[in-house]
Amino acid sequence: MKSLEELAAIRERMQNKVVLREGSGDIRVVVGMATCGIAAGARPVLNAFVEEVNREGLSDKVTVTQTGCIGICQFEPVVEVFEAGKEKVTYVKMTPEKAKEVVEKHLKGGKVITDYVIKDI
Amino acid sequence: MKEISLNILDIAQNSVKAGAETVRIELKETTETLFVSISDDGCGMKPDFLAAVTDPFTTTRTTRNVGLGIPLFKLACEQTGGEFSIVSRDSENFPTDHGTTTSALFYKTSIDYTPLGDVISTLTVLIQGAPEIRWVFTHTLPGGEVRLDTDELKEALGGVPLSHPEVVAWIADYLKEQYDGANGNPCPSI
Repeated sequence: MKSLEELAAIRERMQNKVVLREGSGDIRVVVGMATCGIAAGARPVLNAFVEEVNREGLSDKVTVTQTGCIGICQFEPVVEVFEAGKEKVTYVKMTPEKAKEVVEKHLKGGKVITDYVIKDI
Repeated sequence: MKEISLNILDIAQNSVKAGAETVRIELKETTETLFVSISDDGCGMKPDFLAAVTDPFTTTRTTRNVGLGIPLFKLACEQTGGEFSIVSRDSENFPTDHGTTTSALFYKTSIDYTPLGDVISTLTVLIQGAPEIRWVFTHTLPGGEVRLDTDELKEALGGVPLSHPEVVAWIADYLKEQYDGANGNPCPSI
């Protein structure tokens, strides 16, 4: 049975860590979550990023956030990766499986998956 | 939209954008009907915008002049023979009592009824994206009730943000357990 005590336990665990600030990460993953994104399947993509980042222990380094429509609805679900000192990477037509791969290869391994990146438009 | 829960996610994003402090999502389900209400205390809409808001060519977005969120939600319920309503008070004319309530009644027996789908995912995405908002969710089912009030969680969490992945995972499990208790609704994920 889930109880609020479990949340208190998460809180205690977090307090033992030095980093508690949300958004302190070096990498920001932004998932488009407007009507176009949602209809194209952005919800499971967002959830996959949140789960995988947590599973890989990257939550101090990577922040997953949401945004509205960025104007390329035909390429949704669109995911942008911002990293200080690097050019923005725009992944298009994402799926939860691709999201998992991006976490593993790009966010963890530092290698952009060019196959999923938007081509010149 | 393949699931009504996706429409709910989409409509609730309007509440986030309207600067709401509290968003209430209420589902009332019988064996034959589903009533959905999304209610916020955000900035609301002026009467002329409100009157035009179910028109696909009315939108707040700046990338193009088409907005499909509300028209799609309206269509989804009306195609089942149900009803749609949107009521709004803008913050200029109602400085102390503003906000928007969007509601829809669905007939589940209709062949054009879209399944409700994965409500849990909708809630975790909303909470993850706007942890500063108080989210109050209730789903009344024939076999019981599922509820969540993020204010209660915040108290237990102290300074840990609701958007922390471990908290988001806990919320998903917490809701799933309640759904298992209330009528064994499987709440399938896509």
